[in-house]
Amino acid sequence: MSETPRTIRVEALARVEGEGALNLRVRDGKIEAVELNIYEPPRLFEALLRGRALEEVPDITARICGICPVAYQMSSVHALERALGVTVSPELRQLRRLLYCGEWIESHALHVHLLHVPDFLGYDSGLAMAADFPDEVQRGLRLKKHGSQLLDVLGGRAVHPINVAVGGFYRVPRASELAALVPDFEWGLQAAINVTRWVSDFDFPTFERPYDFVALSHPDEYAMCEGNICTSDGLAIDAAQFAEHFREQQVPHSTALQAVRIETGATYLVGPLARVQLNRRQLMSEARQLADDLLERSCANPFKSIVARGIEIVHAYEEALSILRGSPACGQSRMPYDYREGDGAAATEAPRGLLYHRYRVDAEGRVAAADIVPPTSQNQGQIEDDLRHFLPAVIDASDDEIADAAERLVRSYDPCISCATHFLRVKVERQ
Amino acid sequence: MHKPRLAVFKFASCDGCQLSLLSLEDELVALAARVDIAFFLEASSRVEPGPYDVALVEGSITTPDDVQRIRQVRRDSKFLITIGACATAGGIQALRNWADSEEFMRAVYAEPSYIATLDRSTAIAEHVPVDFELRGCPINKEQLLEVLVAFLAGRRPRTPVHSVCLECKRRGTVCIAVAQGAACLGPVTQAGCGAICPSYDRACYGCYGPSHQPNVDSLAAQYEATGVPREALVAGLRGSFNGYAREFRQASDRLASGGGAEESSS
Repeated sequence: MSETPRTIRVEALARVEGEGALNLRVRDGKIEAVELNIYEPPRLFEALLRGRALEEVPDITARICGICPVAYQMSSVHALERALGVTVSPELRQLRRLLYCGEWIESHALHVHLLHVPDFLGYDSGLAMAADFPDEVQRGLRLKKHGSQLLDVLGGRAVHPINVAVGGFYRVPRASELAALVPDFEWGLQAAINVTRWVSDFDFPTFERPYDFVALSHPDEYAMCEGNICTSDGLAIDAAQFAEHFREQQVPHSTALQAVRIETGATYLVGPLARVQLNRRQLMSEARQLADDLLERSCANPFKSIVARGIEIVHAYEEALSILRGSPACGQSRMPYDYREGDGAAATEAPRGLLYHRYRVDAEGRVAAADIVPPTSQNQGQIEDDLRHFLPAVIDASDDEIADAAERLVRSYDPCISCATHFLRVKVERQ
Repeated sequence: MHKPRLAVFKFASCDGCQLSLLSLEDELVALAARVDIAFFLEASSRVEPGPYDVALVEGSITTPDDVQRIRQVRRDSKFLITIGACATAGGIQALRNWADSEEFMRAVYAEPSYIATLDRSTAIAEHVPVDFELRGCPINKEQLLEVLVAFLAGRRPRTPVHSVCLECKRRGTVCIAVAQGAACLGPVTQAGCGAICPSYDRACYGCYGPSHQPNVDSLAAQYEATGVPREALVAGLRGSFNGYAREFRQASDRLASGGGAEESSS
């Protein structure tokens, strides 16, 4: 005879961006259902973009996410430039990578120090840690600030930068503005290496999943803005073919659409762990060394994403420094273009994973259709699958402990629920 | 001594304004020592029930549940401060207020029936009394710090209500409306951002919302006279991330209905 259904509900999954809920149903000591319930109020960007001038798109899509606005701007401008047939100059391309390095540093340093580390050290928040770990917290905030400074210089401001344009930038930075950042970034590179070694020593739950990693891959560089969309099992496609291989489906318990691979019908993983594992050989030297020392080639432990984030902070500092020291040529600020009817798709690597945009534009330079697949909706199915496999190990614990374990796993994904469409609430139902 | 209890609430928004609190990298630890952060889900697992001394509210009201939730936040909070364009003007998602919102839902979701949403995205002040509104998309973190320090000191925050133009003059930025003929919204937009856009060679797009007593009709007439199409002026005001703020909304509605700017309705 089966037991009475039991529901465990955690009302507030904290330290994630945006709001949602998690419902767990347990019957006879077994996990019966896991639902990541995103109830973030939908803001309907894909609808409101229609009819807008294409120049407005990077300003509007930035507002999808205050944590990773640059990712939205980069995916937007790359997709629109493909629709318009524009190729930006190598100098502008390099400045875009530099801008993206700023967002990776800012977002990763925020997640590592203020959102994720408290789980390993047993605190409610990064700020609550400050009394016992003042140096570590201050170091983390300083890294975050460096990311913001780079965004300020290149983007005009860190949240919703104003300087990203279709075709390039409104104004390229002055050489003196970039050079002034070098001393801080030299300090930051060393600090980021120390952060990565520090977090790699934490106690990680023993848990591995046979992930299908999905990330951009580029022949010449650690992919950020350009490259093919690649998977663990060898698929390599242009972003234009995304819809042939990946499908978003709506589920009743979420305002975010969930993505699956069409070939396998299965979930997949995007984000720092996927990127480091697929593109490890292209990390810059210090980051590569750390990856080889601290993250096994076969590592598929979602909790160790914090190490992958550290490695990527180091990479971003190294790459930023090499660009800053090379005094990038700051010539023409943007490429000219003419309006034409067209269709363009692009994916770039947001701090939390692959971000796909596609636009159709008309001959008057207006958006006819928009399609956006954020990283968190791609990871959502994988998070649920992970929970189904992770929670049986703690199923005999108290409801609070189960909920806590579930939250920690979700948090390791650095989910951005605002992107995916509101507050994560964990509810465990036992039957 | 009792530390003031701070809470941060989110409604329909991008998280960028509450992130501004965490982006006070140099002041954050000191600030956290002066106030008791009792509810701030993005930053802390510690969840304390109200009442709160001060609530920062981000985001607009777009769902039936949120209409109820903001009332509870108001009951729980001594001072309610809205942060950002969503909370003070409805945000970019208020573009639906001029559209068929059911059609909007169908454009994004295969099964719109799963999702409860309102026809309009509205500011917090349309639902409950608000003690102070901090403008901007996103807010300026220095202004947020001023608001919190003012609150701790028991005085009104000093945030300017004049236009972006004064910030350009202070920075020494050449006026791009005059020199380049750009349809800059700076003359009718509230200061606070630091006049960033003109310093990057682009027109202000209004993300801090209307300044005190802006003459939007007159500015629109001027731009129309210099050849800016009326549709572009309407789209610009509505796409300002503050399009549903009263002064911008009324001006864009007058323009769209044929009145308002250069020629009155004929």
